[in-house]
Amino acid sequence: MTRYLLRRAAFLLISLLAAIVVLFVLLRLLPGDPANALLSVNATPEQIAAAQAQVGSDRPLAEQFASWFGDVLTLDLGRSFISSLPVGPEIVSRLAVTVPLTLLSFALALVVSLVVGFVAAWKSRTWYGQALSALSQLGIAVPAFWVGILLVSLFSIRLRLLPSGGFPRDDWADPADAIRSLTLPVITIAIVMSASLARYVRSATLDVLGSDFLRNARALGAPFRVAMWRHGLRNASVPVISILGIELATTFLGAVVIESVFTLPGLGSMLLRAIAQHDYPNIQGILLVSTVAVLVIGFLADLVQRLVDPRLRASISGNR
Amino acid sequence: MIRTGKTTRTKATTALIAAGAIVTLALTGCSVGQGGGKASAAHDTIEIGSIYEPQNLSASSGGGQGVTEAFNGNVYEGLFKLTDAGDVEPLLATDYTMSDDGLSYTFTLRDGVTFHSGKALTSADVKSSIERVTADDSQSARKSSLAVISGIETPDDKTVVVKLSSRSISLPYLLSYIWIVNSEATDLKTSEDGTGPYTLGEWKRGSSLSLEAWDGYWGDAPKNHEVVFNYFTDATALSNALLTNEVDIVTSVQSPDALSQFENNPDFVVSDGDSTTKELLAFNDKVAPFDKVDVRKAVYSAIDREKLLNSIWGDHGTLIGSMVPPTDPWYEDLTDVNPYDVDLAKSLLAKAGYPDGFAFTLDAPTYDPHPAVAEFLKSELAKVGITMTINPISADEWYTKVFQKHDFTATLQEHVNDRDVVWYGDPDFYWGYDNPQVTKWVAEAEQASSTEEQTAKLKLVNEQIAKDAASAWLYLYPQIVVASSDLTGYPVNGLNSQFYAYDITTK
Repeated sequence: MTRYLLRRAAFLLISLLAAIVVLFVLLRLLPGDPANALLSVNATPEQIAAAQAQVGSDRPLAEQFASWFGDVLTLDLGRSFISSLPVGPEIVSRLAVTVPLTLLSFALALVVSLVVGFVAAWKSRTWYGQALSALSQLGIAVPAFWVGILLVSLFSIRLRLLPSGGFPRDDWADPADAIRSLTLPVITIAIVMSASLARYVRSATLDVLGSDFLRNARALGAPFRVAMWRHGLRNASVPVISILGIELATTFLGAVVIESVFTLPGLGSMLLRAIAQHDYPNIQGILLVSTVAVLVIGFLADLVQRLVDPRLRASISGNR
Repeated sequence: MIRTGKTTRTKATTALIAAGAIVTLALTGCSVGQGGGKASAAHDTIEIGSIYEPQNLSASSGGGQGVTEAFNGNVYEGLFKLTDAGDVEPLLATDYTMSDDGLSYTFTLRDGVTFHSGKALTSADVKSSIERVTADDSQSARKSSLAVISGIETPDDKTVVVKLSSRSISLPYLLSYIWIVNSEATDLKTSEDGTGPYTLGEWKRGSSLSLEAWDGYWGDAPKNHEVVFNYFTDATALSNALLTNEVDIVTSVQSPDALSQFENNPDFVVSDGDSTTKELLAFNDKVAPFDKVDVRKAVYSAIDREKLLNSIWGDHGTLIGSMVPPTDPWYEDLTDVNPYDVDLAKSLLAKAGYPDGFAFTLDAPTYDPHPAVAEFLKSELAKVGITMTINPISADEWYTKVFQKHDFTATLQEHVNDRDVVWYGDPDFYWGYDNPQVTKWVAEAEQASSTEEQTAKLKLVNEQIAKDAASAWLYLYPQIVVASSDLTGYPVNGLNSQFYAYDITTK
């Protein structure tokens, strides 16, 4: 297990380094100059040169990279070209929106999809099993922003129950207020996410229901509930966990659209704006943080999968 | 062993289900309990909705339109003020005199003015504020207009003398854009030190910026205690926020689709104000085929502007025949100089040597309304045999390719400022219009000794560029403010994107 952890950690580090280089180079391939965001349509050539010197876009690429990389090693993400605010603290304040949004959506989607997926498989021959299956199919086909718009027009504009968007100015000072702002976005993401998750849960459960070991357990006298708990769930959860890791990462990154629909000051909306302005320090900082998040989530999903399934432990690292 | 295991698992399951239930309850329960609370809140705090979030808080370092909207006249004040009606009035200067040769202006500062930090306003602050805009590293859009300033003197604390290298009739007007900032203030990109009726409360990036009424203000106290600018990136989200009373007023509606929800609704007032933003099809007047006046006129006449404006803005907006909007003093209705007339366009093309038309590429910015305008132009020009290829271009790329390198044949751009017809006097400007007579008129207008003379000269410029179809001025944007109907005292014209908030209050 230790050897495995070491190997995984090394892999994490290498991926991260590769990501840092790729990020930096790709950004520089974009046409245009970040200095432009600072200028008006009446700018003089001297003003343009001054702006380029200020953001450092007149320096050689290698030099720009070296100075950024050095700062990253000391956990300093630099300052925004545009606002000249430090990048790190702003990302942290945006995470106060994006992380709860992601985790709450994920938790809700998990509960819904487990119930829906399991029932759809277990009762696949009943009308409501079929209906649940069809509903989840529909959920996959529907774009998230559209669900968001529908929910807003129903719960905010017609019923006036929930805010149509925004986030409290004092963040989580009043948790109830913050939760209220997150309710519709969370439901929106959860609906779409649970639809696809439920499909996986359903097919994993169907596999288990038709498996030899479950039939054998039943044949040996275990009631269905016991057989399912002891053998079924554990087997069904293995493929689902790897999907969960991917889904969690996707939600974290995919919050861009939902944050824009609901005007949430999260990481996604920050990224969108930073890209539009060519604000390299911000873009690099955000992508670096998201890359770390995705890699760590993947690592955790892997770890949990190995804990659940002893076969994986045996086959990959050879021994315990 | 088995038994123990089973019990633990059951407990774990129960816990999981309970946790799920709590999450679900938390999400739905709380919301019902507090539904619609905000709508009834007192309007002592005015919630403003806008799509222009500042990039930073400094007007001379690329803060953009957003910081002008939030801060101009609210947090910072100039020696003069441009009213919502477009007039220049004294503000921090109470009086000024001009020397006979017009090369020296003497301003007397208002008494009893202090900065938010507590320091009293002196002539040294005015000097440093003007120099901040004219400095080498200044990114202010006003820098080049102020190049005539050759020196600033401060004979005493209350007097500022500005020396000019040539006459500049617009000096008081230009000074209305220059914020007077405490000369000792630092870090103006993230904080402020002005003399206005509000101080900066909190700027929550990506979300909102609040201004708090300041009790040390020299003039009348604001009629509200706090204004909050709420920033949106999505036009629909902004409309929804207004519909649900999360904001009280929207500074500038950019999506005509949203208007129908408010127009016949007694809870809202839609104001159609005067705008200075012009949508231009800007030719590169230095390259073929647009170096020929007849080709430019032909293209202009081939476009049905009325239909274009209607398709973009419905019944809002105004047609213009030149760069001058109706609020500029030298406005004249020149829409008939280049009428919409397909036959005329065809004969002009033939006269210019292009009887079968020609092909060119249009660099069209990717943000609204340019893509829609580009598509419209394409189909209009096809009718006279001109093939137009649309090259979508980001705002940033536009800046490098078109504005700096002049590497384009034709482009679309919105020009937001008032009184900007003078750019046709600069042969090095991106559109490359080079008419020595116009350049001379523009210079003479600036050096005029009276506003009548200035106005007369700029009218000549205006007529000439229309005759030459220096660009194709497609239409003037509408300036639409939508507000909750119990609100009063808000500006409706938004000239140069300023938005004075101090008179806004509930009826």
